[in-house]
Amino acid sequence: MEKFQTLVSTAVPLQVEDVDTDQIIPARFLKATTRDGFGENLFRDWRYNPDGSLKEDFVLNNPKYSGDILVGGKNFGSGSSREHAAWAIRDYPFKVVVSSFFADIFKGNALNNGLLPVQVSEEFLSKIFNAIEADPKAELKVDLENQAITLVSTGESENFEISEYKKVCLLNGYDDIDYILSKKAEILEFEKNQVKF
Amino acid sequence: MAKTLFEKVWDAHIVHKIDDSTEILYIDRHLVHEVTSPQAFAGLEKRGIEVFRTQNTVATPDHNVPTKDQHLPIQEELSRLQVAKLKDNCEKYGVQMFGLGHPNHGIVHIIGPELGITQPGMTIVCGDSHTSTHGAFGAIAFGIGTSQVESVLATQCLLQSKPKTMKIQIDGELGKGVLSKDIILYIISQISSSGGTGYFVEYCGSAIESLSMEARMTVCNMSIEMGARGGMIAPDQTTFNYIEGREHAPKGENWEKAVAYWKSLKTDEGAKFDKELYIKAEDIGPMVTYGTNPGMGVRVDSHIPTLDKIEGENNRITFKKSLDYMGFNPGDNMIGKKIDWVFIGSCTNGRIEDLRIFADYVKGKKKADHVNDLIVPGSKQVENQARAEGLDKIIEEAGFKFREPGCSACLAMNEDKVPKGQYSISTSNRNFEGRQGPGARTILASPLTVAAAAINGYITNVAEEV
Repeated sequence: MEKFQTLVSTAVPLQVEDVDTDQIIPARFLKATTRDGFGENLFRDWRYNPDGSLKEDFVLNNPKYSGDILVGGKNFGSGSSREHAAWAIRDYPFKVVVSSFFADIFKGNALNNGLLPVQVSEEFLSKIFNAIEADPKAELKVDLENQAITLVSTGESENFEISEYKKVCLLNGYDDIDYILSKKAEILEFEKNQVKF
Repeated sequence: MAKTLFEKVWDAHIVHKIDDSTEILYIDRHLVHEVTSPQAFAGLEKRGIEVFRTQNTVATPDHNVPTKDQHLPIQEELSRLQVAKLKDNCEKYGVQMFGLGHPNHGIVHIIGPELGITQPGMTIVCGDSHTSTHGAFGAIAFGIGTSQVESVLATQCLLQSKPKTMKIQIDGELGKGVLSKDIILYIISQISSSGGTGYFVEYCGSAIESLSMEARMTVCNMSIEMGARGGMIAPDQTTFNYIEGREHAPKGENWEKAVAYWKSLKTDEGAKFDKELYIKAEDIGPMVTYGTNPGMGVRVDSHIPTLDKIEGENNRITFKKSLDYMGFNPGDNMIGKKIDWVFIGSCTNGRIEDLRIFADYVKGKKKADHVNDLIVPGSKQVENQARAEGLDKIIEEAGFKFREPGCSACLAMNEDKVPKGQYSISTSNRNFEGRQGPGARTILASPLTVAAAAINGYITNVAEEV
């Protein structure tokens, strides 16, 4: 996994609540057997007409907006456990998703793929949306080490939560499996003591 | 210290504590399907490691499979390749797989319980959010992403943060025509599609205790639709009766030991939950959804909320967007809405009891002419049981086709799709935009409410009929 470094970037505002994983990547695009290329179908049915032409009014198709950060409404990533949703966003490529509330499984999947979910307050989320609306080139700074997100133009900042373990993983590009594999002896010991029927 | 059911099972599976918020949790059973596993197996190959505990792992293809002519090759190329990839991976790594046509084949969350693989006190995972189904047995069961599928294949363990606990207690007697699907749709309509996020739910109370295992599975199945990590119900005699004698159930002396242990799996008196919700069974009626998330549901005898009932500008925008998609107006009655498609099936309502309810209602009646149907058993065992009981005949005499097992129109990854703009009343679990096909409009309901709509061609209140 790629190491996560402090990021300063413009952002794409997706001002919709309850963005579910079927919108992020519809089930019919889950048939690949590799992790690559899902970005192409990110938000497929919001982004494209059935004939494949672009829906001009969708924010990803608006040339005004660009950047490594996606900003979504509350309850982002609800629904299915498909990790393809995190892959699609990372592959687009976004490196950070900001929302005031994330669905549980999506959040875990994002963290396992070097995609940082940054949960901010409702108020700060509104400030971000307003700042981007006023100036599409408004930049956000995401500092994982200090767990802070800042609106660069005004300097307004908020801290965000992340487990210490996951922070170390993201900063160093480690994954869970290497860590668990290093505890093999404890797993074997656990199995030995487990009551089985 | 007094513990909740959830805490008892969770604590019994901690292998290693990293810090206050992160633990390595041992996983007893891993269910695998074709969609979320290929990249995980590829990960094992890249690391040069094997499946750690093949005996704890079982696989079946379900999401991609057609529900007719399963003896023929799958026509859609990508689906065929994904199903073939699962078979290759299972053969290569020595994982047991039940393929199409096998007597144990079916939707992963249907076959786990019916084979006795799902047992109280276990930790069970699958790369599918509806893994919460297995919580009906007093197991901690939840959906995981593909990186975690790889983790469990490689180590039989997962890194997890412990969720908070929520009790949802439902006491009283359910009214006429009210099924367990209505209970869970009612709960989600009360606490919203994100109200359970961060929690693991325990369902209890006399209304829950009165339910069959099939009905309990429907409740737990949709725990994820309120955002909860999972939901569980304490095992009792109903649970033990269901499990006894199934293929993977403990036998003989082990059975006695197992039941003795399972009986200890209940929340101690005085144990604390982080959140508690109390519901009167009498308040629940037959439910339908009107919007594009499962929290947007109402009693069928009620109506879609009017705009002034929706608080907050952002919520109103989302509400209006949702109704526009559905082609409904605020304040509309749900009774009388015309239906184009009916879907009976899925891991939510694809069990034998659901088919019995459907068949019992349509017996001697005729499907409305304009209604298209997908009547899909959840597994080969369910299909065979339905045939043995003659349900297939009843269903076909009423003008429906009885199909072969799979996820079918729950998620439109296979041939079974609802066309753009058409209304589908469905026993599945999600009414998201495009869930049953691009542009399809989904109304979630119980098998009984769906059966009535299939005969009438529009939504009715089954409470007035039965």
